[in-house]
Amino acid sequence: MAEKGKTREFKWQRKHLLGLRDLTAEEITYLLDTAQGFEEISARAVKKAPPLRGKLVVNLFFEDSTRTRNSFALAANRLSADVVEFTKKDSSVSKGETLLDTARNLEAMGIDIVVIRHNAGGAPTLLSKYINACVVNAGDGFCEHPTQGLLDVFTIRKRKGSLKGLKIAIVGDISHSRVARSDMWAMTKLGAEVTFVGPPTLMPPKVEQLPVKVSYSLDDVIEKVDVINMLRIQFERLGGNPFPSVREYSHYFGLTVERMKRAKPDILVMHPGPINRGLEIESEVADGKNSVILQQVTNGVTVRMATLFLVNQAAAEKPAEIQNG
Amino acid sequence: MVNKIKKLMGDELLIKNGHVIDPANKINKKCDVLIANEKFVEVGHIKKQVANVIDATGKLVVPGLIDIHVHFREPGNEEEETIASGSAAAVAGGFTSVVCMPNTTPPIEDETDVEYVHRKARKARKTHVYTMGAITKSREGVELAEMGFMAQAGAVGFTDDGNGVQDVSVMLRALKYAQMFNVVIAQHCQDDKLAGKGVMNAGYYSTILGLPGLDPLAEEAMLWRDIQLVKKIKTGTVRYHAQHISTAGSVELIRAAKKQDLPVTCEATPHHLLLTEKYCAEYDTNYKVNPPLRTQKDIEALKEAIADGLIDALVTDHAPHLQSEKELEFLAAPFGLIGLECALPLYIKALIEPGILDWPGLIRLMAEKPAKIIGVDKGTMTKGRQADVTIIDPNAEYKIDVNTFRSKSKNCPYHGWTVKGKVEKTIVGGEIRFSV
Repeated sequence: MAEKGKTREFKWQRKHLLGLRDLTAEEITYLLDTAQGFEEISARAVKKAPPLRGKLVVNLFFEDSTRTRNSFALAANRLSADVVEFTKKDSSVSKGETLLDTARNLEAMGIDIVVIRHNAGGAPTLLSKYINACVVNAGDGFCEHPTQGLLDVFTIRKRKGSLKGLKIAIVGDISHSRVARSDMWAMTKLGAEVTFVGPPTLMPPKVEQLPVKVSYSLDDVIEKVDVINMLRIQFERLGGNPFPSVREYSHYFGLTVERMKRAKPDILVMHPGPINRGLEIESEVADGKNSVILQQVTNGVTVRMATLFLVNQAAAEKPAEIQNG
Repeated sequence: MVNKIKKLMGDELLIKNGHVIDPANKINKKCDVLIANEKFVEVGHIKKQVANVIDATGKLVVPGLIDIHVHFREPGNEEEETIASGSAAAVAGGFTSVVCMPNTTPPIEDETDVEYVHRKARKARKTHVYTMGAITKSREGVELAEMGFMAQAGAVGFTDDGNGVQDVSVMLRALKYAQMFNVVIAQHCQDDKLAGKGVMNAGYYSTILGLPGLDPLAEEAMLWRDIQLVKKIKTGTVRYHAQHISTAGSVELIRAAKKQDLPVTCEATPHHLLLTEKYCAEYDTNYKVNPPLRTQKDIEALKEAIADGLIDALVTDHAPHLQSEKELEFLAAPFGLIGLECALPLYIKALIEPGILDWPGLIRLMAEKPAKIIGVDKGTMTKGRQADVTIIDPNAEYKIDVNTFRSKSKNCPYHGWTVKGKVEKTIVGGEIRFSV
């Protein structure tokens, strides 16, 4: 990386990773560079390094997740941290305990880092105000999924060298997508031009005020972009009836073999998973030569290692402080 | 007992040397106010010697303030507020009359419920407490509640506040039926289908905060619909009141309705004049309120409406909640903030300081006109009326401190704000019920 020498002077100061909206391009680049340094650990025969030895990471997941939860657990393990899994089903959340009480109880057990996924936008921010442990957002409502955004730009940077000037389309249910938001912040901060593509009924309010272009037609966009990120249609989040049928949605917004014929030959095809095969993306495309979907998963672990490492380091250098209560 | 003491002490009370503002009687000058037998006797230069004198030099003396939109949570949620604690908060804020919303648990939906509120208020002996009754049984928007019996028991209007009446045929029936009792039908304008599960204004901030939005149209669509109903009925004594309007679009609808002389009134709150959706950016649930905080453009429209005389009442929508309820995720926390004990200085900040209203203009919207909406003989110092008076030090500067509040709840986003204008004394029915 040409900029590596410059970022060496930089010091990471955040003990929480709540979202990418507040991060500077410099911070994002520094995190990506750190991740790049960690890649080597995952390639070793003994996939372990000691920086988080004796640290306790809690995976506090209030929503179903396999990939992200395991990815965080793996990242923590590779840095020698201990991991406690706390999911909605085997917790006292169902007994009506509030998020803060749950977190305070966990903190009383001496945790160092909370990795939280929650259905409410802002839940990680709330936690960060009341507890001393580091808070890492693993997805909050449809606000942000910062480590997904980071692994996406990490994957693009690896393949394309830089994001500067790249044209990127993010296709699907933008309105309910935390991935779209985190991607948008990370990609635009690093100099890419992002277009949100989807039906108007799946665009968020005031989308025109976001730093993106908007298109209702995948056919208009497909030829122009260097990267295309196909969002999963999340049936559990869709309210009402934002499009008439899955069939009609696929017709207009599915990434088909036919459409791929018009794309640039070196287009990167991305997907945050899990894939609805044949719905937003055809199998031949998901498994084809342009697809980096599995590299995204690999890079996810690397980026999460860097995240855990950096927030822990920042916490170690900052004395404990609680803003409220 | 109290009356006996009064007779012994001499029943007269003289407020001397204050600046008296009584817009209804076009009084705006330095003079005195004489009260006897719980009623106003005279406003002017009074030579008479009486035993009880309040020196109001440098203070404003105004008709007792009236807030026609409060939530006192009793019965059902006495841990948040009671009629007694809410009444104490009211007089501390200068309010000599308040109107409780009926969305308690159970709701105020029959004459016994209305009498219950009055009984608790008499016991509290602070402010006059009126109540509205529910428009529909259980506030479900399906069948009309017993408006007649409630009106007889003293309900000053009807609303399903917290909810809007969704079914247009039910709303039409309510407006028609209420004419028999000459009472106002007040509406929390919100189309539930459009509103969805929104928790803040639908806009740029809801999008970047990842929170479901409340579309301004949800308010405006229902307000438009209701105005068409009023227009259809028109004749007779139909009276419609739009509660806490919050958008520029609503202002335009009200403007058009008033141009046609329709019997439509509306109210505004301090938070919709002082706070925007931007305040939600840190997920502080003290800013979660319904209708939600909107944009600067909406604030400007509301202020312009006040300057143009389109807004009839300034209220608080005092909505107490426990700290433990407000310490939840923004998505899960209840709507509402409290305002009784800081509304006056906030309205001074929002309206008097920028020159949108002068003092008589403010008192008109905080006393005279609200009284007319609920149809009570208050809000003026006219001879023979019950002597409700608020004495204000317009120059006192201080910081709002929720820890000094009489309210049981502390969910107030203005904590720490520096404001000007302080309630010195609140006199209800000739009796000093609050004094700093």
